[in-house]
Order: sequence, then C-alpha cells, then structure tokens
Amino acid sequence: MSQAYDRGTVEDFGRWREFSAGMWAWIFHKFTGWVLVGYLFTHIAVLSTATGGAELYTGTLQGLEALLVVRFLEIGLLAVAVFHILNGIRLLFVDLGFGLDQQDRSFYASLVLTGAIVVASVPTFLGGKFL
Amino acid sequence: MQRVTAVFLIGVLAFHFVLLHFVNHADQITFMGTQARMSQVGYFATMWLFLVTATFHGVNGVYNALVNMGIQGTRKKVVGGVLALAGLLLVAQGTRVAIAMTNLF
Repeated sequence: MSQAYDRGTVEDFGRWREFSAGMWAWIFHKFTGWVLVGYLFTHIAVLSTATGGAELYTGTLQGLEALLVVRFLEIGLLAVAVFHILNGIRLLFVDLGFGLDQQDRSFYASLVLTGAIVVASVPTFLGGKFL
Repeated sequence: MQRVTAVFLIGVLAFHFVLLHFVNHADQITFMGTQARMSQVGYFATMWLFLVTATFHGVNGVYNALVNMGIQGTRKKVVGGVLALAGLLLVAQGTRVAIAMTNLF
C-alpha cells in the first residue's frame, strides 16, 4: 500500500532545492500558461492593425520582425509553447492512467525535447539577422 | 472542457507555429498573404475555432490557477466575472480582426 507523505506546498519557493520533478512540472506548466495567455491578448492587439488597412498591418508586422529583440522573444515564445504542449500531452496521458509510474521520466523527456526543438529552430527564427 | 480544448489546441497551436514560422517566415508576412490564407473557408474556420478554444483554455486556466491559490467568496466571483468579460471581448475583437483579414464576407 502506498503511503502519503507531506512534500510541503509548491508555493513555498524558498525551499526550491527540495522540489520534486512533479513540483517543477507544475510550476513550469503554470508559468508557461501565464505567458501564453498574456501573449494571446498581445497577439490579437498586434493583429488588430489589419482593421486599419493593408499597409498598416504589413508595416507593423515587418517592422516588429526587423527588431532583433523580437526574434529572441519569438524563440522564447516557441520554448514556452513547445514545453506547454509536450507537458500537456504528458498530463493528458496521466489523466487517462497511462505512465503513472513514469511521470518523472516523461517530465525530463518533455524538457529535453523542448530544448532540442528550440535549439534546432534558432536558425529559422534568426534568419536574415545573423545567419 | 479544459482537457477537450487542450486536445484541439495541441494540434492547432503546433500547426500555427509551423505554418507561420517555418513554411511562411514571419518576417515575410504581408496582408495579401494573410488575406489569401484567411479567405479559405477551412483555414478561416480553423483559426476562428483556435481563437475561441485558446481564449477559453487560457482564461479558464487563469481562473483555475487563482482558485487553486485559494481565492474565495466575492473575490472569486469578481475574478470570474472580469475574466469572462475579458475572454468575451478578446473573442469579439479577434472575430473583428478575422473578418477584416478575409474576402469570405
């Protein structure tokens, strides 16, 4: 029979060195979720330039893409989105009862795969800037 | 509903990223190109459903996170109302933008 034990609350960030993989997964999923919902509102605001005409829309999007900082922010957004997707798939499987005893490994796999996809995507996102 | 929208979003968010960063590069996006994509019924419908499901999933996710942190009573009701209103406004503005991008109407 499994035994319950007190890991303490995940909100108590002062003891982050003691956090288990599951607690990190919870924190990362929440953090990436907050970033994505914030971006969703920003994205619609930027795309709203389409209501002001073709020139305004094209000029705004291409003007933003001309900024190096925007390219780096896009790489960050990709990292956040990929992790949220992969960890979300992991959570769906856990909800369905699959891989319950492999949760730590599947979280680490989500992190590694996110890193690999982001690194492989850097040349595409920085295309025309350095490369 | 959070799980149902998650399943849809996994595929559509990945598709959106691949199409607008890898197939069509973001720095080459023009109104003409956007209009050509958004004037296809299937693409328009997918993007509008993407807007609605992403808004629900995001706003409901924020609400769940705040409830999980322990908000109760009046604060919970106010937060729920503000988030619902923000979600509805986002969908309304997103629909307005989608209509401005298409030749379908």
